[in-house]
Amino acid sequence: MSTIIDPRERPIGYLPEGADINRNIAMRRLRGKIWQALFFSSLVIGLLALGTLLYTIIDDSFGYIAVQTRRDPEELADRPLEELSKEELIEILRANISAGLFRRFDRDEPFSERSKESVLQLIEERVIGREVVAAFKLTESLLERERIEATVRERFPRAELEFHSWINREFLTRPMSSVPILAGVGNAILGSLWVIAITMLLAIPIGVLGGVYLEEYASDTWYYRLIETNINNLAGVPSIIYGLLGLAVFVRALEPITSGAAFGVTDSNGRTILSAGLTMALLVLPLMIINAREAIRAVPQSIRQASYGLGATKWQTVWHHVLPNALPGILTGTILSMSRAMGETAPLIVVGASTFIVFYPDSVFDKFTVIPIQIYNWTSQPGAQFRSIAAAAIIVLLVTLLLLNATAILLRNRFKRSY
Amino acid sequence: MTVAEISSVTTAQTNGRYAVELQNTHIYYGSFRAVKDVSLQIERQRITAFIGPSGCGKSTVLRAINRMNDLIPGSRLEGRILFHGKNIYDPDVDPVEVRRRIGMVFQKPNPFPKSIYDNIMFGPRINGWRGTKAQADELVERALRGAAIWDEVKDKLHQPGTALSGGQQQRLCIARALAVQPEVILMDEPCSALDPISTLKIEELMLELRRNYTIIIVTHNMQQASRVSDYTAFFLMDADRAGQLVEYGPTEQIFTSPNDKRTEDYISGRFG
Repeated sequence: MSTIIDPRERPIGYLPEGADINRNIAMRRLRGKIWQALFFSSLVIGLLALGTLLYTIIDDSFGYIAVQTRRDPEELADRPLEELSKEELIEILRANISAGLFRRFDRDEPFSERSKESVLQLIEERVIGREVVAAFKLTESLLERERIEATVRERFPRAELEFHSWINREFLTRPMSSVPILAGVGNAILGSLWVIAITMLLAIPIGVLGGVYLEEYASDTWYYRLIETNINNLAGVPSIIYGLLGLAVFVRALEPITSGAAFGVTDSNGRTILSAGLTMALLVLPLMIINAREAIRAVPQSIRQASYGLGATKWQTVWHHVLPNALPGILTGTILSMSRAMGETAPLIVVGASTFIVFYPDSVFDKFTVIPIQIYNWTSQPGAQFRSIAAAAIIVLLVTLLLLNATAILLRNRFKRSY
Repeated sequence: MTVAEISSVTTAQTNGRYAVELQNTHIYYGSFRAVKDVSLQIERQRITAFIGPSGCGKSTVLRAINRMNDLIPGSRLEGRILFHGKNIYDPDVDPVEVRRRIGMVFQKPNPFPKSIYDNIMFGPRINGWRGTKAQADELVERALRGAAIWDEVKDKLHQPGTALSGGQQQRLCIARALAVQPEVILMDEPCSALDPISTLKIEELMLELRRNYTIIIVTHNMQQASRVSDYTAFFLMDADRAGQLVEYGPTEQIFTSPNDKRTEDYISGRFG
């Protein structure tokens, strides 16, 4: 039994008619505009934050510095120092530093074996003693030049004012130093790359294979659900916890392996690049697994069915169809994990990153430092110059991340195109 | 004896009349019985159509014939499905082999996101095919000709299969199934995503393929069933929502003088 309702007969509720329709639509559009404005303002807030960050960093990275020397190079010799022979330079050095210090340098590395540049460097450090006595930010350098000049003339009459980019080639290649103007992130960049390499070497295969197993092979039983839940939780565990785990397991328990003692390395403890890389691998592994699973799940079921329908085994289906089609997604996740590992500081402090090493790492059993550790170290030092080199190191970190991500994105797009 | 051995024996002798036999087949998803007690015999080199309203289990039965249901967790089958006299659900039968001999074409065209050439060669390659490049080319051509799509794609074999039109994609999928030389081809509503002209081409192709293959097709389109099939099986859900076979016989008889009242009602469009 069906009754036909005549709309004119008895209105149920109220549906706008006539002029009300336009008023109603105007109201709805207004509401939409308000939300749109809200969305836009969040974007603006985000951009402002990013802008402020970049401004602060760049402001600190460039600017005038007042340089003062203990001795004028012209007082030391009648010719420019570069033109002197090594023997003359050694004589200058001997004449201007204490005999004990000279003997110590000789013990470190006999002068007969040192190069001319090395002697020259010693003279510059110990005799001339170029010293930055004041540093200024970029904005004040550009806008208040006269005031800076006046201040410097008054407080450091012997000092010379010069424009300095804290980020420069020397900064990128030199190792750490306690003198800000001589410090660099060279070994920190290398350290970061070493750690990332080990992290990715472990996390990518384990993460992807684990993801494949959970997604394609594991049945829907309580223990696999338990594992899944735990992996999801692990992705949210604070990174310092992973640091503690790394300290207990890799640095302490597995010290013979991570220090390289088992492979004949003698001068090392467990606080090595290897320990750091392993800890970082643990840290990003849950992210990698979750991401690999998402990517694998996004491969259409119809492709799998087509493959099975032709008599493919599970492995053939996974290898020929699931993995290739999931690859772009897996790479995206790898980018994210890599960026995360690149920027992590806390776990590496716990695992024992050295904040002050001056040599370049050349094996996985070396002590290490990474860029974020250097930044952390420098920002905690007093003085404007340390702030400046921290800012410069931040730029280096950001550019490194950008380069790594760009590589990964290029790779991803290449794989995407081949279908 | 494995299916392969039996298969070679029987094809060497005079062909048995039936390609596939279902004997008292019940199919379960978990505790839910989706299909109840289906018995039917599929004749060799004929087209058999499964018709019935949605949810009546016809696709489930179809997918049971090449063990595609195995891929659904919790699915289970009771009874027997004989292929060359051998129960394909016996523990010593590998579903991978069953699927090689009983190919499948799906509702939505699903070419691999690879070139047309690789789409065809995937099946042979994973099944251990060995041969020269020239033989591979020939195999591809034969499969594509078999699916009546060669002329349309012969100049773009190395372009992605996904760039073809829907109807061409479906014929590519049929060609892909032919490339592993199956005996039976299962088609699960192969034309439901296609326009009438593409549908017509697939139907013509099916009639062509009947000379060498046994075809089982699930269709919602009654005209299609009456146009192409030699035999028709009508399925219906019972009170427990389990699908069952109501009537099975030569298509002409099912469509002109069905024995069962329910078949008649369905055919004449009174429900479904």
